[in-house]
Amino acid sequence: MSVIYILIFFSFIVAGGFLLAFLWAVKSGQYDDGYTPSVRILFEDKKRKDTKQK
Amino acid sequence: MTEIYLKEERKSLKTVKNCYHCGETCGEDIMYDGKDFCCIGCLSVYKILYENNLCEYYNIEENPGVSFKNSGENYDEYSWLDDDSVKEKILTYSDDKIQIAVFFIPSIHCSSCIWLLENLQKLQNGIISSEVNFLSKTAEIRFSTDLRLSEVVSLISRLGYRPEITLESTEVPYVKKKDRSIYYRIGVAGFCFSNIMILSFPEYLSLSTELDRDYRNLFGLLNIVLAIPVFFYSAYPYFSSALSGLRARSLNIDFPISLGLFVLFFRSVYEISTGTGAGFMDSLSGLVFFLLIGRIFQQKTYDSLNFERTYKSFFPLSVAVIENDDEIRIPVNKLRTGDRIVIRHNEIVPADSILFGGDARIDYSFVTGESLPVSKSAGEIIYAGGRQTGGKIELEVIRPVNQSYLTSLWNKESFRKSGEERFNSFVNVVGKYFTFVILIISSAAFLYWYIYYNDIRTAINAFTAVLIIACPCGIALTSPFALGNVLRILGRKGFYIKSAGVIERMSVADTIVFDKTGTITKNGDSEISFSGDSLSDYEKKLIKSLAINSSHPLSRIIANFLGDKRDVFDTFDFREYSGMGSRGIVEGHEIKIGSLSYVTGSADPPLIDKSYTKTSVFISINGSFRGVFRINNLYRDNISEVMNNLNESYNIFLLSGDNESEKNNLSMYFRDENICFNQSPRDKVEKIESLKNSGKKVMMFGDGLNDAAAMRVADVSVAVSDGDLKFTPSSDGIMEAGVFPELHRIIKYSKSVKRIIFAGFTISALYNIIGITIAFNYVVTPLMAAILMPLASISAVMFAVAATSFKARRMNLI
Repeated sequence: MSVIYILIFFSFIVAGGFLLAFLWAVKSGQYDDGYTPSVRILFEDKKRKDTKQK
Repeated sequence: MTEIYLKEERKSLKTVKNCYHCGETCGEDIMYDGKDFCCIGCLSVYKILYENNLCEYYNIEENPGVSFKNSGENYDEYSWLDDDSVKEKILTYSDDKIQIAVFFIPSIHCSSCIWLLENLQKLQNGIISSEVNFLSKTAEIRFSTDLRLSEVVSLISRLGYRPEITLESTEVPYVKKKDRSIYYRIGVAGFCFSNIMILSFPEYLSLSTELDRDYRNLFGLLNIVLAIPVFFYSAYPYFSSALSGLRARSLNIDFPISLGLFVLFFRSVYEISTGTGAGFMDSLSGLVFFLLIGRIFQQKTYDSLNFERTYKSFFPLSVAVIENDDEIRIPVNKLRTGDRIVIRHNEIVPADSILFGGDARIDYSFVTGESLPVSKSAGEIIYAGGRQTGGKIELEVIRPVNQSYLTSLWNKESFRKSGEERFNSFVNVVGKYFTFVILIISSAAFLYWYIYYNDIRTAINAFTAVLIIACPCGIALTSPFALGNVLRILGRKGFYIKSAGVIERMSVADTIVFDKTGTITKNGDSEISFSGDSLSDYEKKLIKSLAINSSHPLSRIIANFLGDKRDVFDTFDFREYSGMGSRGIVEGHEIKIGSLSYVTGSADPPLIDKSYTKTSVFISINGSFRGVFRINNLYRDNISEVMNNLNESYNIFLLSGDNESEKNNLSMYFRDENICFNQSPRDKVEKIESLKNSGKKVMMFGDGLNDAAAMRVADVSVAVSDGDLKFTPSSDGIMEAGVFPELHRIIKYSKSVKRIIFAGFTISALYNIIGITIAFNYVVTPLMAAILMPLASISAVMFAVAATSFKARRMNLI
């Protein structure tokens, strides 16, 4: 039954990874603008420079 | 005698040719590259894009451009932006290599706009990149320090994307206002909630007795560890709100919630650490998670709308000043008394000043509510806020910007109290009583067990169980979801509300005050009627030929009304007399148009109908009187149905800054004693204050700066906006003019929200009563809490959303 300890340990790592991913996504501003990216992706010849936040 | 009614509309010319750039109908013939253009402005944008291989712009959307027709401003003068003190405020970031500025560009309207603005680096060396946020209509532009700020602004202005740079933006440094903390809190709460649920499963299924003690201890420990961030981080806003409520000596709904959370957490820690039970960490984290979701749902934000405008948002940022015979542009806040300024067509006078020269026709509609521009002659004072229509004028500043009549009205301290502070939202009213009731019940439970059974342990358990089970989560969730849903339903209609609290205040309003010009009348459109001898087409053309020479607003309306402006005769010996009228010889006939005494030489109207007004224009041809044009405001569609409906359940008032000429039309909708004309902004404030003092809850609809002070005093204020939603005074809500025909239904809908919320309260209170009955007898198990609390919350939320949507559907609002 001690396999449960390992399972719990890994499930926390996986879930914590998703939590961090979510926090990162919020921090990087992905939830600030829910519309423009959907239009931008349709433009052709996208030679845009990297526009990540400073 | 004949009467003709025709509407004068902006786009009366029906030509087949549409501008390739902006889609407006083309007047003159401007052709380039096989395409039609309506004006030089549009053509020059096309040329710029053509030369730089950016014509993709026209392929993404049809006629995506911004029309240059209505903009009288000049586009080259931005050098004052390079002034260090101005630049510092506008740039959000700068070092020795790059500079970043975020511009609010109201004319962003389609995907072509996004494309072009994000390809600026192809047009101009030095621009590194730009990123558009379509919803908030902003563009973040990064450019190298080789490029001046003024060059960037003038580039995007020339393309038709004039950024709105207001006085405010140069005084307050730019701050990123996005508060993302609520997302973090939800993320953390959701993560902990789901993990705690999994770890609590053995308890739910009553497997705990079969589990090893080790596992139970581990799960309990993990539960505490996971609950700590929920309790101390995610739930923090509730504690701080309850605390600030206590400091202000009032109990809000967050107090019983905090109390419940507090007891949940510490009793669970105690149970787990002593091994006496499994705790309620799952209920705790679930509750916080749902409450936070309610918060997010309630705050529907409209990024591109600004509800908090001050006079500073309306004023231009720079003004042309004459210095040593040269015109230079300086920031408005550097204007000093005695400066000579130049104002051109469509520009706003930034400070109270004396007219020096030029033909001043000041449109005060925004400041006073008068619908027609006023002529001013040299030596007269022109108040800040008026918009010049016509040629250029020269003025001398007599008061600095921040001391003008308008700004002093705005800054008056008594206008500053906002309605929100004084209004206690429904949920807080309930919360107050709720707290008392549960404190009494829980103490009763404690005393019962302690006195009758002398059992202190059970007594404490029963006490805490009541507090836990009575946590008003259902009540706390009903109103955010109901109000949030209403906010969205009305937002889809074009009625944008600042916050959920505004709807609560709308639902208790009993008096509605309307402004006239621009609120219940259409802006810019007017209705013209002619009475007198019928005119032949030839005579109409004679009058039109004369009227077209005059720049008086009434002449212009008449000229427009009479048709194609290019099809006219030459006018000779044209004279215009200020305040009277104008005359001229057309085709050998002497035509006179103007006031009664000017045209007929007598003060008695020669017609049976004596209801002529300031907005009547009399006509004579060769000395014989022919008739009168009457120019009336055009009311918004469906006004009679709206007003009649509102009259049934509300006291409605009209406060107009305009003269009494429309009195007859208005008395169909308003009771005579409720109509007030010639109201100055201060009169309006006093009127609303007196209504409020007599115990009325006042809702005010207005549109201009003249209403702004009154709107601040009213309990709820809604700004009505034709077109671009850009020029609205500070308000609780902004309404698109197109919504007006449905206004009565919207107001009635908001009234029904109150009942829905209270019904929701009743439902969740029923759950609480059941729960408390059980808790009193000290038989609460974690499983019961885990079922009852979400059940109460979810059914309250579902009821709130379903009932508001259903009601909206019933009232034809969806």
